[in-house]
Amino acid sequence: MKLGKVFGTVTLSIVYKGLENVPMVLVQPLDKNQEPKGSPIVAADSTRMAGPGELIYYESSREAALALDPWFVPVDDAVIGIVDDVHLLKNEVAE
Amino acid sequence: MIIGKVSGAMHSTINHTFYDERKTLVVDKLNPDGSLTGDYLIAIDTVGAGAGETVLVIDEGNSARQIVKEDNAPIRSIIIGIIDEVYVKI
Repeated sequence: MKLGKVFGTVTLSIVYKGLENVPMVLVQPLDKNQEPKGSPIVAADSTRMAGPGELIYYESSREAALALDPWFVPVDDAVIGIVDDVHLLKNEVAE
Repeated sequence: MIIGKVSGAMHSTINHTFYDERKTLVVDKLNPDGSLTGDYLIAIDTVGAGAGETVLVIDEGNSARQIVKEDNAPIRSIIIGIIDEVYVKI
């Protein structure tokens, strides 16, 4: 799992069956110090509560499909949860 | 499996039910000689690892689900051991 920041949402009208009511959010992957790293991805939101600006953690590949309810819908990345805070040893990065 | 160093903890209340009462740690990936690879991951702790400790991390879904004994758990990274020593023959 990695950290990510939601910075938008993606609304779909025509979509593969099983993904009809799955909320999709735009996520910018972050490194552990919450600096942007890598290109943005679209992730299915299993918590259904992640909004733009929130720090989240996401999982990819098969685990992303397992995170959703009904599970095993075809998704590549999924938001697993919303981060309250991250405490690191050297530089204390608190939300 | 990956050698890693626990660099801190992450707390979350709104998350997938599987992660409700689980400890999630931020782990830096290490090279065998202990230097940082620059990559990190967030893993579940099963052995009571704390910040600063060198740990062994499984980063593969099937083994992780076998450990937590749940077939549909959305988990891939799991800490399975605390490393005392790494001997590298150069």
